[in-house]
Amino acid sequence: MPDATEVLVIGGGSTGTGLVRDLARRGIDATLVESGTLASGTTGRMHGLLHSGARYAVSDPESARECISENAILRDIAGHCIEPTGGLFVKRPEDSESYFDDKVTACRDCDIPVEVLSGEDARSIEPALDPSVERAIAVPDAAIDPFRLCVANAVDAENHGARIETHAEVVDLKVEDGAVVGAVIAQDPKSGDTETASDSARETILADHVVNAAGAWAGQIAGLADIEVAVRPSKGAMTVLNSRPVDTVINRCRPKGDADIVVPHETTAILGTTDVEVADPDAYAEAQWEVDLLIEELSELVPGIRDARTVRSYWGVRPLYEPPETGTDDPSDITRNYFVLDHKSRDDTAGLTTIVGGKLTTYRLMAEAVGDHVCDKLGIDARSDTASAPLPGSEHPGDIEAAMDRFGLRSPIARRSAERLGSRTEDVLAKVDPNPVVCNCEAVTRAEIQDAIEGTGPDLNAIRIRTRASMGNCQGGRCGHRLAAELHPTFDEPTAREALDELREERWKGQRHALWGVQLSQAMLNDAHFRTTLNEDRDPARTGESVDWAAFDDGSGGKPVDTKRGGGRGD
Amino acid sequence: MDRAANRSTPNGVVAVAIEDDVFIVGGGIAGMTAALAAAEAGASARLATKKQSTLRQASGLADVLGYVNGDLVVDPFEKIQTLPAEHPYSIVGESAIRAGLARFDRVTGDTYRGSHTDRNALVPTHGGTVKPTARYPESVAAGLGSDDRDMLLAGFDGLVDFDAPAAAAHLEAAGVPFDTRGVTVTFPLDFEPDAKKTRFAHALDIDEGDVRGRLADRIAKVHENEPRIGLPAVLGTDEHRRIRTELANTLDADVFEVPTGPPSLPGIRLEGVYLSALRDAGVEIVRNEVVDFERSGKRITSVTVDRNGQRIPHAASSFVLATGGLVGTGLISDREAVREPVFDCHIQVPEDREDWYERDLYGEQPYAKFGVSVDEQLRPQTVGGEPEFENLRAAGSVLGGFDFPASGSGTGISLATGSLAGRLAGEEAT
Repeated sequence: MPDATEVLVIGGGSTGTGLVRDLARRGIDATLVESGTLASGTTGRMHGLLHSGARYAVSDPESARECISENAILRDIAGHCIEPTGGLFVKRPEDSESYFDDKVTACRDCDIPVEVLSGEDARSIEPALDPSVERAIAVPDAAIDPFRLCVANAVDAENHGARIETHAEVVDLKVEDGAVVGAVIAQDPKSGDTETASDSARETILADHVVNAAGAWAGQIAGLADIEVAVRPSKGAMTVLNSRPVDTVINRCRPKGDADIVVPHETTAILGTTDVEVADPDAYAEAQWEVDLLIEELSELVPGIRDARTVRSYWGVRPLYEPPETGTDDPSDITRNYFVLDHKSRDDTAGLTTIVGGKLTTYRLMAEAVGDHVCDKLGIDARSDTASAPLPGSEHPGDIEAAMDRFGLRSPIARRSAERLGSRTEDVLAKVDPNPVVCNCEAVTRAEIQDAIEGTGPDLNAIRIRTRASMGNCQGGRCGHRLAAELHPTFDEPTAREALDELREERWKGQRHALWGVQLSQAMLNDAHFRTTLNEDRDPARTGESVDWAAFDDGSGGKPVDTKRGGGRGD
Repeated sequence: MDRAANRSTPNGVVAVAIEDDVFIVGGGIAGMTAALAAAEAGASARLATKKQSTLRQASGLADVLGYVNGDLVVDPFEKIQTLPAEHPYSIVGESAIRAGLARFDRVTGDTYRGSHTDRNALVPTHGGTVKPTARYPESVAAGLGSDDRDMLLAGFDGLVDFDAPAAAAHLEAAGVPFDTRGVTVTFPLDFEPDAKKTRFAHALDIDEGDVRGRLADRIAKVHENEPRIGLPAVLGTDEHRRIRTELANTLDADVFEVPTGPPSLPGIRLEGVYLSALRDAGVEIVRNEVVDFERSGKRITSVTVDRNGQRIPHAASSFVLATGGLVGTGLISDREAVREPVFDCHIQVPEDREDWYERDLYGEQPYAKFGVSVDEQLRPQTVGGEPEFENLRAAGSVLGGFDFPASGSGTGISLATGSLAGRLAGEEAT
């Protein structure tokens, strides 16, 4: 007997998690399926900017207005995911005067609060700015943690009765009499759901309505119902510095171009980005020129970037879409608007809606729009309340200080925990004693790791995005095996070992684009730790090799092992 | 021992250089070995080290050759002739490797084991597998994987680097020939949430709050007569023998340590043993960074160290470069190139940075083999294959042509090349 749900949402990025929350809070029975971990697609691979809208004010005022409106809403409902850094659009001598002036005017027209600063005033806010910066526009940009945001949306959805399935890949859409009536799901054992932990268990979920929120992969999902959705995936490179040369978002004030933004994020800063259309969102070149371009170009705004330590680079794929007849050549000219595609009217296939395009800043608005659309389709009269209902962790801003006091954690560690957990701090920290630090770089304690394990199962990459463990300087070099050990004995040793291998692989994937300077030394130190001290690469448990134990030195025949005798001072 | 020599600096001021027979740049195991070898050859030796030794990062095990092409090696000396010509072992030969190990055995005395056989030992790791090594601290000797006695592993719940139940389950999966059980006990003292291993070791050293006896009691409660008990390698620095002996007596079992990640107590203890050997050998230690050097034709005449902004010249007849590899900052890099920063010796690397690494994390990483290439006298070579300097030799991880993490050979190469470079430098200088 297949499972049934009112609405099936495909995709666990910001749009999908936002939508399943929106639906659940309207009282609709909703299920979300995600092929990887939450935010493992485009959402988790962006630069972490909460737009003020200033970036789009000249070229796309409608998007700009949506951004500033959602920016204010998210500060209210998702405060624990946001660092209110503010932003600057800075102008170098060679950048256009008239564009700068147009930007100021356009922002004001879109109700984006701006302040025009002299170069000196800008440098008094951000001393690391290049001396040649002539003028700047201060805007309400901010940094947002997309992982925390998705997790909070998913948790709130679950709290309202929704079902969230990660590592659950849609392998087919069920079409009956010209209507989509459900999907076939292949469940990966990593979901942590021990009852369904057999390899590639298949499950059919029937639904009154299916929403395709698979982002850059939306074309592939629609294709399962023989519908064409021509998503135009465009890759962008991001490079992560290990420090924050600036505490404000720095944008270059020019019409468009690669390598024009620096976003301070937690302990790091993220350099972005490039814009290159790709044929396949799962297979594209991660090119060294993109990393070099980011460093060279952004050093013109913040000279310290040139010699800063980079810990990794990663690439995301924008789910760009434009109606088929538009035909824009340059991907950076394709609109950043979102589109709700009603496949009944568009393709004569009922039961399916696709949401494409858009951006993280407007995820909630997109979710509300699709929620309204789905309610209309299903004849449900229920209104969205997501613009005013805070996300779990953002309900009681004042609680954090009290929880920090109560747990008496040393201040830097406690503050980091509290910032990540928001108003859940007290609940989470109360569960574990003693509560040692597991990840030193990011000051993540055992309590947070255990809380994440409870929420997500034996997937260290999912635990990483919830906690930031292994995201610092050493990229899991010191804490990887500790994280794996935290999975045991809740999960058995082979499961913990496989989870560690996957974390190692994922961390290496980004780190290998940062192999020079201190990070190359770090990679060598990690090699020494993994391959020498831990000997993970030639571990008989992993290689399956059987060891001829008797052939090796067993300690006999040498000097006596004298721990039971003698004593006295060492050395 | 010092001899003063008059030197003219470029601005004409006469500075008095401190002069030795051999000057060693680098205070890791290779540099310390070279200094001892030079002193044994009758030379006066001085060693400069700029910071804490990388021994603190290492496990404290002394490996010679653990793997060749991914295959586990039982006897390193049977496999050395299979290594490629550019490998440092091929350059120095078996006799130099044996000489290096013999010097290590003399220095470490009864604090290390393994010299009774050429065969490797398999030592449990803190992650729960085993690692091949030629020499091992006496504190880990009772834990060998080829010893078929059953084993209890005990971790501390505030010490996250070693999770004993997970490690025990992993050792079983690795197929060890004995039963293993892992337990976690609460360490008798409360530390800060980010307490380092050295904090645990210090408390045990001074027996803070009767911690030794209380710890033994807690382990005794969960001990089920296993003949050997493994604990994380935090059992003291100065008092490590006494601490282990007391625990063993109370528990009536052999007690051993499982080496962990940094900071490594066995590594710190090994550094202590070497420092006292250097003292005994009369080697002077300069705790400053070498920032410059003077040359006369193809010979280095002096190096300059920075002492709180003051530039101090040190003249010598021979020099040894033992600054380490990428980990020890003996090699530095930017997006274009890799450099040897002290004498600017030639380092060959692929032109395209994308060729510096393999996509597979555990592949043969090209960057792991970066380093100076040397002639049979261990003199760094120019791109044309000529010695960079007539009186400079290199030892340890600054050498290229080998991948120490993949082959399990880091210490052995430091011992072999350090011994040879130090001896040749000492003989040349005297």
